[in-house]
Amino acid sequence: MKVLYFAWMRERIGLPSENVETSAGTVRALVAELAAREERYAAAFADMRAVRVALDQKMSDLDAPLDGVREVAFFPPMTGG
Amino acid sequence: MAVIRVQAEDFDLGREVDAVRAGRTDIGAVVTFTGLVRDMGGGQPVSAMELEHYPGMTEAALSQIAAEAEARWPLQALSVIHRYGALNPGDQIVLVVAASPHRAAAFDAASFVMDYLKTRAPFWKKETTPDGARWVDAREEDDAAEARWRDA
Repeated sequence: MKVLYFAWMRERIGLPSENVETSAGTVRALVAELAAREERYAAAFADMRAVRVALDQKMSDLDAPLDGVREVAFFPPMTGG
Repeated sequence: MAVIRVQAEDFDLGREVDAVRAGRTDIGAVVTFTGLVRDMGGGQPVSAMELEHYPGMTEAALSQIAAEAEARWPLQALSVIHRYGALNPGDQIVLVVAASPHRAAAFDAASFVMDYLKTRAPFWKKETTPDGARWVDAREEDDAAEARWRDA
């Protein structure tokens, strides 16, 4: 699936997006997989209270299943307007 | 059907209001809100701002917010225009135009769209200050401003 990062998560990880091969069943499991990869990922996912997730461009949450999901995005709380 | 635009270019308030009014005489009230880049943020001078967004989801989120406003108030027109990219203090960031037969609906709808946009539209601001560039933190007041519409 495609995984996207925005704002300081993008900067911390050093990538705007990547293709991830995973069998993670939920967002929470995917986060655990990513955070275990490297220090930069661990740093980006260190405080999950500051991380929001969207599945196929709709706001979701950590316990949401990933079945059939094509695009996962991680980002901090929004600050537009 | 609301007008939704996400663009790097500036917008013209007068032109957008003219577009809403063109060819019709049934509108009684037009309320506009324009958000600008301030030269201060978090107690520090701000010399520049970078606005990042999530192409695709941004347009969908704004359309959803506009549809909720249109379901809630008798709107005759609703435009939401939001910029992204490199901006400077004094630049325009966002425009909401709400038209209705009476003013209360137009005021409320414009306010609702801004409150929802703040917490639901995927935009992120990065400000350049004398200490360097930093991402703007979300404000608890914005969550509270959104919540008041849910209780209303």
